Amino acid sequence: MSDLIPSVGDAVLEERRLNMIEAINEALDIMLTRDPDVIIMGEDVGYFGGVFRATAGLQAKHGKTRVFDTPISECGIIGVAVGMGAYGLRPVPEIQFADYIYPGLDQLISEAARLRYRSAGDYIAPMTVRSPFGGGIFGGQTHSQSPEALFTHVAGLKTVIPATPHDAKGLLIAAIEDNDPVIFFEPKRIYNGPFSGYYDKPVEPWKKHPDSVVPEGYYKVPLGKARTVREGEALTVLAYGTMVHVAEAVCREKGVDAEILDLRTLVPLDIQAIEASVAKTGRCLIVHEATRTSGFGAELSALVTERCFYHLEAPVERVTGFDTPYPHSLEWAYFPGPVRIGEAIDKLLKD
Amino acid sequence: MADPATGGEGNRPALALHVPEPKYRPGDKADFSHIDIGAPGDQPRPDEGIHPSQMAGLAYGLVRVLGDDNLAHGPWNPRLSPETLRAMLGHMALVRAFDERMFRGQRQGKTSFYMKCTGEEATSIAPAMALASDDMIFPSYRQQGILIARGYPLIEMINQIYSNKADKLKGRQLPIMYSSREHSFFSISGNLATQCPQAVGWAMASAVKGDSRIAASWVGEGSTAEGDFHSACTFAAVYNAPVILNVVNNQWAISSFSGFAGAERTTFAARGLGYGIAALRVDGNDALACYAAAEWAATRARGNHGPTLIEYFTYRAEGHSTSDDPSGYRSAQEREEWPLGDPVTRLKNHLIAIGEWDEDRHAAMDLECAERVKATTKEAEKNGILGHGLHHPFHTMFEDVYEELPWHLEEQAEQAIRERIAKFGTERPFG
Repeated sequence: MSDLIPSVGDAVLEERRLNMIEAINEALDIMLTRDPDVIIMGEDVGYFGGVFRATAGLQAKHGKTRVFDTPISECGIIGVAVGMGAYGLRPVPEIQFADYIYPGLDQLISEAARLRYRSAGDYIAPMTVRSPFGGGIFGGQTHSQSPEALFTHVAGLKTVIPATPHDAKGLLIAAIEDNDPVIFFEPKRIYNGPFSGYYDKPVEPWKKHPDSVVPEGYYKVPLGKARTVREGEALTVLAYGTMVHVAEAVCREKGVDAEILDLRTLVPLDIQAIEASVAKTGRCLIVHEATRTSGFGAELSALVTERCFYHLEAPVERVTGFDTPYPHSLEWAYFPGPVRIGEAIDKLLKD
Repeated sequence: MADPATGGEGNRPALALHVPEPKYRPGDKADFSHIDIGAPGDQPRPDEGIHPSQMAGLAYGLVRVLGDDNLAHGPWNPRLSPETLRAMLGHMALVRAFDERMFRGQRQGKTSFYMKCTGEEATSIAPAMALASDDMIFPSYRQQGILIARGYPLIEMINQIYSNKADKLKGRQLPIMYSSREHSFFSISGNLATQCPQAVGWAMASAVKGDSRIAASWVGEGSTAEGDFHSACTFAAVYNAPVILNVVNNQWAISSFSGFAGAERTTFAARGLGYGIAALRVDGNDALACYAAAEWAATRARGNHGPTLIEYFTYRAEGHSTSDDPSGYRSAQEREEWPLGDPVTRLKNHLIAIGEWDEDRHAAMDLECAERVKATTKEAEKNGILGHGLHHPFHTMFEDVYEELPWHLEEQAEQAIRERIAKFGTERPFG
């Protein structure tokens, strides 16, 4: 748990608590105020304030030339943002769902990611692409995907995924200030409250969670640094986004003394934190919602195996979505929930 | 499935797929008399604030200035001074000499690749001269003329082509994918048409900041089929972006004639009208018409009247690249038969016709251009040529991927340097 955050029941409870949407909205507001070169654009982000309300009120406050709606063209949104970055602006385009980022892929992979390299620093793409991602909301095939591995595979892009309101604000500010193009995936399942994975139990709002205490004003959570969610001895859990909370709930339920790392940034990855933790526990469980084959978990597994081999007491385990498109009615059979995670933990701790 | 012999279901006629075919293939005699090129001076020059819906004639017609009499005609005559015309001719001659030499350099194995712009010199040089030097250019790979017109040092171009130790792009880019921030020339990408929405975004940014600079992109007619071109037109129109979207219609996209980009049914300029963008179709081998169109569009953009799409109707006189042999897909006669002639010859003849130039001076200029390129090439070769040594320290391969090297790139850089030492016994085997 972050040392900034008081535990529930403390006197400091009066501190401001925000959900993830409010934290993101505040980060954008702060950056629009601090830096006149920050521009927000995307489908429905202007007058309406975004389909998830992440940009609510920003156009009214900062004006139509700073926060505006765009045509429905992800290729155009990203392409135009690259041009704005070349001019000297710091665009923060939104892609309404990560499932719809693909029409912008050529502009992201061939242009934004390579611009600094191919021009030897003549031109840069200091943009932050915000996009809601992940499942658990009955979003079916095209409102649930977790395409992070497509982006971690691209040299030149940074990929960031927050798991708490506190981090969402601090990481987003850091991403916007970063001079490299950042893919900022927001786990929409936890916009309003952390999700335990026990879909048959009532959902708690963020206001009851200690990580919803969000300091006012400007602060950054540095890119490339993982967060230790809880310290433990039995095994290391590597997770990000929604799955941080699911893994935490399952470990709590099973009484497993797990050390849980919220990776926060996938590229650049906090390899030191991972190595130190696995060296201590000797066991590693990787959890992500995305499909299994060639998912980011494969990279994590390979890194742990290469760098911590002599500390490992069991094979690295991966708990992921299945290698199918994201189903609608069978969502909870697809989602890597408590049963799948529980089995993997049992397997890891067997000997 | 329907039986092709009996046709479709019941009484309905069988459908037929139309696959475009160019008029002439290798061995055919080329005849372009079917192309309506209009007459020089026959197109009106409207006010720059005109509504695009009033521009149908200009989008389907052809703006031409230079006539067969080598004189300038009509309202699009930009009335340039003889000095400007001679400078324009000089840039065109220099680009042609440069292309010749670099093409030969590739054939001699000094580099891996080259692309000429022969026959299209006017479509880059004239518009570049009509823009301000700090207007932002988003080129494709066939606008080397813009760098020449903007005074970019030839030696920097050659260093880049040779990927040698003086190459400012550190040997990372394929030859001719230049970049020069100083000259407001955007980094060239291999991915077609991506520069179009980028130019629109740059222009939007300029408008957001209340700047007075405008942007211009160049794309071939083949690349207009890419989704990026559609995105660029949509965004340019929606935000009234101060941008000029140039389409160089040189009739060929490698081996595919312009019909595969849709040219059988409409003009490329006419597409602008559908988006609500001002549209001009211009004789791309008439440097005065090219200049006038760009000047008109720049004035329109600077006055907040919005974007313009310009189609330069021209002909790709040479192969697509050093990796291409056009004799495999088109008539060898096309170049001579092209009804709009050669842009360099036409501008030269114009200057001679108005008494500001002569054949001797032209021959002397050509010679001087060739000598200058030759001398500069020799100078650049002192910095190395491709394949003769590894010109850049291995660590540079890992720089600029990000602003700072993350741990995994530092590790990989160490590995690369280790491999180099393992092979050569030293990190600096080539001095």
